[in-house]
Amino acid sequence: MATVIVDNREVELPEGVQLNCIQAAALAGVEIPHYCFHPGLSVVGSCRMCLVEIGKRDPQTGHITMFPKLQPACNTPAADGTVIVTQSEKVQQARAMVEEDLLLRHPIDCPICDKAGECRLQDYHFRYGQKERRAEILPFHSRRRDLGDVFLFVDRCVMCTRCVRFVREVAGTGELLVLARGAHEEIAVLPGYPLNNKLSGNVVDLCPVGALADKDFLYKQRVWFLRSHRSVCPHCAAGCSIWIDENQDHLWRIRPRENPHVNRWWICNDGRYGYHQVHDRRRLLGARRRTADGWEELDWAQAPLVVREALERAGRLAAVLSPFLTVEEAYLLALLVRRIDPEALLGLGPVPRMGQDERFPGGFTISAEKCPNRRGVEAVLSYFMKGRVLQFDELLGQLGPQGVRGLWITGGYKAPTPPVSHVLDQAIADRLEGLDLVIVQDLFPSPVAERAHYVLPGAAWAERDGAYVNCQDRLQSFRRAIRPPRGVLPEGWLLWQMHQRAGQFDAAAVLDEMAQQITYFAPAVYEIPEVGLDLKAGLLAATTAKTASELKG
Amino acid sequence: MQPNDPQVRWLKEPELGWTGKVYLPLFVEGMRTTLRHLVGPKLTVQSPEERHEIPEPLIYRGVHRLNRDEQGRVKCVACFLCATICPAHCIDIVAAPSPWPDRDKYPESFTIDELRCIYCGMCEEACPVQAIELTTLYDLTGKSREEMIFDKEKLLSVYDQTKDAEPIFQSWPLPAVSAEQENAQKK
Repeated sequence: MATVIVDNREVELPEGVQLNCIQAAALAGVEIPHYCFHPGLSVVGSCRMCLVEIGKRDPQTGHITMFPKLQPACNTPAADGTVIVTQSEKVQQARAMVEEDLLLRHPIDCPICDKAGECRLQDYHFRYGQKERRAEILPFHSRRRDLGDVFLFVDRCVMCTRCVRFVREVAGTGELLVLARGAHEEIAVLPGYPLNNKLSGNVVDLCPVGALADKDFLYKQRVWFLRSHRSVCPHCAAGCSIWIDENQDHLWRIRPRENPHVNRWWICNDGRYGYHQVHDRRRLLGARRRTADGWEELDWAQAPLVVREALERAGRLAAVLSPFLTVEEAYLLALLVRRIDPEALLGLGPVPRMGQDERFPGGFTISAEKCPNRRGVEAVLSYFMKGRVLQFDELLGQLGPQGVRGLWITGGYKAPTPPVSHVLDQAIADRLEGLDLVIVQDLFPSPVAERAHYVLPGAAWAERDGAYVNCQDRLQSFRRAIRPPRGVLPEGWLLWQMHQRAGQFDAAAVLDEMAQQITYFAPAVYEIPEVGLDLKAGLLAATTAKTASELKG
Repeated sequence: MQPNDPQVRWLKEPELGWTGKVYLPLFVEGMRTTLRHLVGPKLTVQSPEERHEIPEPLIYRGVHRLNRDEQGRVKCVACFLCATICPAHCIDIVAAPSPWPDRDKYPESFTIDELRCIYCGMCEEACPVQAIELTTLYDLTGKSREEMIFDKEKLLSVYDQTKDAEPIFQSWPLPAVSAEQENAQKK
């Protein structure tokens, strides 16, 4: 077992991965400040902030030899017997010098910089910088340049080149480059080739200072007003882990959350800027029911009872489980419909697809399937339908032959952006003619909602509790980040009330119940870790058990 | 520290002698004070016909104003530090990229709820560009609550009214100190 000594503490290195000294020190709980190093990018060792004293312990004699000069921790692999000293006076002096040098040419316009509050230059200055200012530095106005998808504040840059390496190594597009030399170095793009790729938003998160600014977030909020919530991106089947940054029930920013099994450190721009539809003005608000002469408002307090009675009156039922529902909501809906009509038909909602899966050189993938939870809903469906998963078209085709009178459609689809119409379009609405009862639970108005007898506004993903299963069978649960707007009751809450369960909607309790009922969700009996839970492992165990019993039989 | 600590000196109420117990000398002393104020200079101000003399306008905390820069533009850079420090949460700012080439960020809207404000003056202290200041205007009236929510224009107009009487207080950047002065200070 390889052992590293960090500030007189011995730490054992994990097997099978090559760590550098920054990562090894982090294992010991020691932070080595750094700007240019990022675990997802190549190492350049250009910022010199991570200089530490490094030595080697002789395995035989135990004698320690220290190198005479300071070494960059990012560029030094941690091996057995590596000695790292991070708190000596020499190291502290070196850090203070780097900070002083960076601040010589820095505009110090922190009051108007969006990064202030989460800026490494600020944090490191307070932690490692000099107390006394030797140069006469006055704040000045930073030049701003449009790079395409983001703004560059030229003078705030500390030339860590993280962004340049990102577009070369992860996005593979390589729009950014370093112009000029020495103190005149600048990040730039070539004329006619702006920064314009599907991962470009990540350079803003990567930037350790405020040099790269998000055009969407620019001057919208100060970061210390924001509260971050763990969540899962709903915009494609990859299911990236994200942070939702919110202030007073308004989403302001989506950031990637590190997850080695799904998205590593990145998210795509669709996920980053797709949150705007949560605050779209066209959203359905207020439950309503069709009467002889138009629409009638339905009180949410009575809705569970009224809708349940309508379902019971309809008799033969069918339900469309949208791939935007969380697994808990899908389960509760299927259970409810089956309680009222034990023969009820259950099918999968339309699955929006767009083009092909997009793979990037860094391994990041954007799925062509533009919904978060097809796998999870399919698992629920196959449990209730004895292994069959009815696709949306099949379900619509069977409505007549099976004598279905009532249909519950769940949505959650994207806002219609002309010329692209809502997924639940006129053609689908026409096929619903003749049904006694159509209940639509959706985010946005659609031809199908126009045709419905009951319209129940649904919640956006940030307003729900639950779990999604991504295309690689990884279950990730999340809590709501904001409250839904007035007139909206999240699907789970409504279904919970319609089941007449006590108290408030408890997604964890439903998932527990599912884990006991459905083999696919069996691993979810344990606590769901922040990086999600691989359900394939559970499947494997189940099939092994089945094969074993078959062999015995 | 314990009550029986030898370092602690406990004071006792002075005992009244027989002069105190008959109350007459104390009564005469009190009467003397009353009479002195009866014939002395008058301190009461007949407000609102007469105005208060404000002894130190710099530290007085009245209605806010938003200062203008040399070109007459709002001086505020929309850094939200006043809104952050405000204990009453009465400042609401909407920031935007500025329309001027030499400045990057400016407040698109800036409102202060003067009824919610507790006039603590923290906003003035937090401001990095001396853009928000508390003036000596103290008699603030309005006919409705909405009227008392001051927007950017109104706050700038307070500046226009008061700029001659109360110039912007320049605390920063500090005036350049020569080496000789610095040495003199050290000595």
